[in-house]
Amino acid sequence: MLEQQAMKTDEKDTKENKYIVFRLLDEEYGVEVNQVRSIERMQRITRVPRTPRFVKGVINLRGVVTPVIDLKTRFGLGTEQYTDNTRIIIVAVDDMEVGLIVDAANDVIDIARDRVEAPPEVVGGIKANYLEGIAKLADRLLILLNLEKVLNAEELMQSNEMEN
Amino acid sequence: MDINQYMDMFIEESKEHLQAINENLLALEQSPTDLEIVNVVFRSAHTLKGMAATMGFEKMAHLTHEMENGLDLMRNDKLPVTPNVMDVLFTCVDILEGQLTAIIDTGSDAEIPIDEALQALTNVISGKPAAVETMVAGDENRPVSVSFDQYEQAIIRQSIASGKSVFTVKIKLDSNIVLRAARAYMVFNTYENLGEIIKSEPSVQDIEDEKFDLEFQLVLVTDEDGQTVQQSGLNVSEVVSVDVEEIQIAHLEMQKSKLEVAAATIAEPPHVTQGGTVPAANEQQSGDVNNGKNTKPAAESKKLGAGKSVRVDIERLDILMNLFSELVIDKTRLEQIAREVNNSELVETVEHMSRVSTDLQNIVMKIRMVPVETVFNRFPRMIRDLAKDLNKKIDFEIRGAETELDRTVIDEIGDPLVHMLRNALDHGLETPEERIKAGKNETGKLELIAYHSGNHVFIEISEDGRGIDREKISRKAVENGLVDPGRTEGLTNEQVFDFMFRSGFSTAEKVSDVSGRGVGLDVVKNKIETLGGRVIVNSVLGQGTKFIIQLPLTLSIIQAMLVQISDEKYAIPLTSIIETANLKSSDIKSVHGQMVMDFRGRVVPLVDLEEVFSIPRPQANDSDEENVVIVRKGDKLAALVVDSFIGQQEVVLKSLGKYLSIGIFGISGSTILGDGQVALILDVNALIP
Repeated sequence: MLEQQAMKTDEKDTKENKYIVFRLLDEEYGVEVNQVRSIERMQRITRVPRTPRFVKGVINLRGVVTPVIDLKTRFGLGTEQYTDNTRIIIVAVDDMEVGLIVDAANDVIDIARDRVEAPPEVVGGIKANYLEGIAKLADRLLILLNLEKVLNAEELMQSNEMEN
Repeated sequence: MDINQYMDMFIEESKEHLQAINENLLALEQSPTDLEIVNVVFRSAHTLKGMAATMGFEKMAHLTHEMENGLDLMRNDKLPVTPNVMDVLFTCVDILEGQLTAIIDTGSDAEIPIDEALQALTNVISGKPAAVETMVAGDENRPVSVSFDQYEQAIIRQSIASGKSVFTVKIKLDSNIVLRAARAYMVFNTYENLGEIIKSEPSVQDIEDEKFDLEFQLVLVTDEDGQTVQQSGLNVSEVVSVDVEEIQIAHLEMQKSKLEVAAATIAEPPHVTQGGTVPAANEQQSGDVNNGKNTKPAAESKKLGAGKSVRVDIERLDILMNLFSELVIDKTRLEQIAREVNNSELVETVEHMSRVSTDLQNIVMKIRMVPVETVFNRFPRMIRDLAKDLNKKIDFEIRGAETELDRTVIDEIGDPLVHMLRNALDHGLETPEERIKAGKNETGKLELIAYHSGNHVFIEISEDGRGIDREKISRKAVENGLVDPGRTEGLTNEQVFDFMFRSGFSTAEKVSDVSGRGVGLDVVKNKIETLGGRVIVNSVLGQGTKFIIQLPLTLSIIQAMLVQISDEKYAIPLTSIIETANLKSSDIKSVHGQMVMDFRGRVVPLVDLEEVFSIPRPQANDSDEENVVIVRKGDKLAALVVDSFIGQQEVVLKSLGKYLSIGIFGISGSTILGDGQVALILDVNALIP
């Protein structure tokens, strides 16, 4: 009985989640794979006026008009410079679909839950409340994003007010 | 069997039956002697009871059962239709609606108390005249064991007078029978060939549902004699016995005289229509209230409509519409490609395809159209209750309930209409005393009219109440700082009434005949404007007020003009555009720092979209000409400055996505162009200063 329980907890701890790994500047980030709908190449974006600077505009994603934000601008990590590696990661949070522009996206990895640590105050210039945690892997460090916070509409509104 | 799969159907149909009961009770209140209406209500209540019991909603079934008892007495003329009875019935319907809502929300009707209503029903029923008791006793002595209401009696009398015979036929089926309903159906079929079945006990509905044991009775009007009638019945297999009894006028007289004692309050002759078809009589009656649309009892309409219509989940229609929108986008793209390639066969094919697509669009649109009745039909009841609360006498009329609107609009229009109707009743119409003092009929008139005109549907709410006092509104507008004191004289009525739609207007102070009018009117206006419509007010002091709501037929596909500014393309809804113009720099003047142009003698402000939307421009525009699109919002005009006009085109409205749903100034949505690019659609209402 006890053994069984012990095994269960053991299982839980080592349970692995899949993450999509992407790059902003030199740091690596991760978002849970079940929040990701697709990864798109850079395409023409229709600018939407009177929105915060990080809102790049909207794209036609197979018939659905989808807003796109520039993650680097969102986190104040500098201005966009799009290359051949630039990707738009389409994520879905609370049936809200948004595209995130990142410098590169090329990996899917499994991370065990016990590998994830609570985030420090500020990581690479990003406030802790945007972060889910930090995953320490053998040879790399992965910053896991809390998309609910990153895509918070209230904040969009606030920054909208600032803009105007 | 999982009962849940029937839940949706149960909810839908219960709603329909409750609506039907509500409507018919209102009609009955208008013509209390028309027992056919009671019959219709009875049938709805009965069906409701059956459905509720099947689904296991005991309380609902119980309450409808008790209602049915009361209604049964009413339709057999044993319980007079009094205001008291009506109120109890209305209360029951309210509780049933509450139960249904509870079922939708929680899956159970257990929480809604019904005891009070049951008690009230019992009181009303037991309050029936004592004469009825004796009549029940007398029933046994009579040769006729089926009792008839006035309507049925009239048919019987008419038939006998025209030389036909009327028989009650009692059919008994074999006790080993398997398909009772099917056998009963065969019996009915047999007799329908002989003559007309005017009544059956239990009801046809119950027999169809196998809600009978082995016996049932029917009343047959026929040219044949009793012998033939009996033999025809026995010819159907598994029928054990057929008892035939002829009805004489004398029997009816006996029944009738007793009934007259029982219901002394009702002295009107029976309501008879030539040919005596039940639904027709009913429709005519309730027509006063509902414009005669769709008021047939559900059981009847189901029979008539079978095979002609299909119930489709509204979600599927939405999917169909979305898929079709995709097609429209591809069609636009194909048209563009065909022009570029310039292959005559391709062009021809694409042209044909666009014609088909236009037809297809019309049909898809039509399928999505719903009569405004679905919104309007709850109003008579609301007005009745509100008028009672306010002690006002109101003659409420609905016209054009069959006018159709896109489902999306229908879903949104209900609340604003409720608001405006309440306003009209509460603030527009006077009390009977005030009306008499003003020399008007003490009963106020409230009309709700819907009609179609061009690409729009109009809904008018008009009353002959006290009207809006322009002076009071102007004063209030000055107080609220909306307008300079000296300028109110020069404003048109429309401009003055428009102040009522400003947020917070007239809530600050209670001015008797204006107060409340402003409360929420701004919300109403916003809602209607987000639907692409507008509100106009006409009012004559002392004579009444009319609110006119203009709505677009559909929200999904619109005609728009595409314009270009620098590298960006925008779509302007064609409905807002008056015309386009090409201006020389010298045509543009500056008044108080605002750029204006002269448009047929009117000074029209210029709106520079490049500036409003901070549109980046790599190369300075050094042309000394400006292209403008003159747009309007009500009476106001503005000229939107653009670089060039691309052309007119059908565009499919798309939202900007949930993330940007907070609303962006000057943008109402987006669309996908032929080349796959997204273009934004301008919100002209916001752009006009």
